[in-house]
Amino acid sequence: MTRPLRPLIDLLAGDRTADRIVPPTGFTARLTSFTAGAMAFLVVFALALSVAAGRMAERWSDALAQTATIRISAPAAQMQAQTDKVLAILKETPGVAAARALSDDEQKKLLEPWFGPDLPLDALPVPRLIDVRETATGFDADGLKNRLAAEVPGAVLDDHTRWRRPLVAAADRLRLLGLMSILLIGGATAAMITLAANAALAANAQVIRVLRLIGSRDSYIARAFVRRFTLRALSGAAAGTLAGMGAIALMPATDQAGSFLTGLGFQGLGWLLPLLVPPAAALVSFAATRGAALATLRRLT
Amino acid sequence: MIDFQNVAYNYGGGELLTDISLRLPPGSFHFLTGPSGAGKSTFLKLCYGELHPTAGRVTVDDGDLRSLTRDQVAALRRRIGVVHQDCQFLDHLPVAENIALPLTATGHPVDREDLSALMGWVGLMPLAQHLPPQLSGGERQRAALARAVIMSPDVILADEPTGNLDWDMSLRLLTLLIELNKMGKTVLIATHDLNLIRSAKSQVPVRVLRIRDRRLQLAGSDL
Ligand SMILES: Nc1ncnc2c1ncn2[C@@H]1O[C@H](COP(=O)(O)OP(=O)(O)OP(=O)(O)O)[C@@H](O)[C@H]1O
Ligand SMILES: [Mg+2]
Repeated sequence: MTRPLRPLIDLLAGDRTADRIVPPTGFTARLTSFTAGAMAFLVVFALALSVAAGRMAERWSDALAQTATIRISAPAAQMQAQTDKVLAILKETPGVAAARALSDDEQKKLLEPWFGPDLPLDALPVPRLIDVRETATGFDADGLKNRLAAEVPGAVLDDHTRWRRPLVAAADRLRLLGLMSILLIGGATAAMITLAANAALAANAQVIRVLRLIGSRDSYIARAFVRRFTLRALSGAAAGTLAGMGAIALMPATDQAGSFLTGLGFQGLGWLLPLLVPPAAALVSFAATRGAALATLRRLT
Repeated sequence: MIDFQNVAYNYGGGELLTDISLRLPPGSFHFLTGPSGAGKSTFLKLCYGELHPTAGRVTVDDGDLRSLTRDQVAALRRRIGVVHQDCQFLDHLPVAENIALPLTATGHPVDREDLSALMGWVGLMPLAQHLPPQLSGGERQRAALARAVIMSPDVILADEPTGNLDWDMSLRLLTLLIELNKMGKTVLIATHDLNLIRSAKSQVPVRVLRIRDRRLQLAGSDL
């Protein structure tokens, strides 16, 4: 059985003597922790943004996928006739899977949040709503609009898919941007840790030379550096992640309408997602420092 | 075990060493002399693979040094104790830890009594907890020799190990190397100190090599 994470696990288990062979470097240590912490904080936000954008895109596209509404405003006397006429037209329209007039009760429910429960629906000139379900291919919205305008002047096609589609696309794009930000932050972290590791390796050139001459293996020498940077990145990122999660938890709660700003956050098991950030930071730091250390060592005979 | 075959070396300018062929058999005791700048330190570096020859080859136990992997080179260096002329240490660790470093850095336990005995022999006991930058030149040389022998290596290469030492201390170090040689270790010492060579000659069979005109010669009985 191969165990690719073995070096990482050995590393975290530690070796006190190996720790001592590299002199302590207080200031760069704190800088590395700070960088990892700041980056983790940013990643948590980018993650929250992606998750929220994804959730929004899903909700909009699911709830409204393949549906449209036709609103009929007509004098009460003509209402039933016009409704029947529209339903008849819809039956003939290719691309319409089903159409159904909402009952009074259903319409009351829809209006209730705005006007309260005691709405006298019959006494009000409330338009009749027809729920239209499209087939996968969809119908020709412009053609239907024209036909309705010609035959049932009081009917208006409210075609949500078409105006929501750009919103869904925007939400999808936002999610993509969030994910790209996470990748960029990861790359920037790797670059910064590589720079810090190279500085540490250069400052300890003599230590490395002596160790090499007395017969230390490259992996042993590298580990002394890798362990430090990995632990620093891990602790820094843990602090940054907790701060980021705290900041997001303190955002105002989501209301019923679930608008985007208040919906920025994690839900349920989604809160486990940011917990992956510190291990990921440790992994990035491990790879970056190990690469830098082995490259430096290869220049020594 | 260390074998030079038609070895030449230059640092990029003119040839420094030319056509050197030599065998250092196990258990042998060699001195290496020659004027300053003749290439003694260079020769030692060729022995443990810090430098590779520009022509010819150096083999250790029949393995070409140039073809060893990096881990094999590390393994080889654990069997070769080296006293470098510039005596480099880990400046942030006390002298005692520096001397024990070849053990700790390879995962071997450190026997406190052995360490104390060795440090006592080279007169460093009182300085055990000092840091290397606080040591005098001679103290650094003694620490470097102690570090070179602590692993009980098969081969000991010492570059001017007594250059900064008084005669009594030089003899103490020589005695240590002679005792190790009697245990079967191969010893090679680069030095200008003819008295040291004479003293060794009176105790063990030694060969004296000299670098002259870029070549290695066996020095005559004039020493
Ligand atoms: N890294 C280097 N690059 C270029 N030239 C070098 C280098 N190291 C040594 N030399 C030159 O090679 C020559 C031999 O150097 P080496 O150190 O081997 O001499 P040495 O015999 O040990 O001298 P000493 O008795 O003074 O220690 C010297 O002229 C030196 O200037
Ligand atoms: Mg020299």
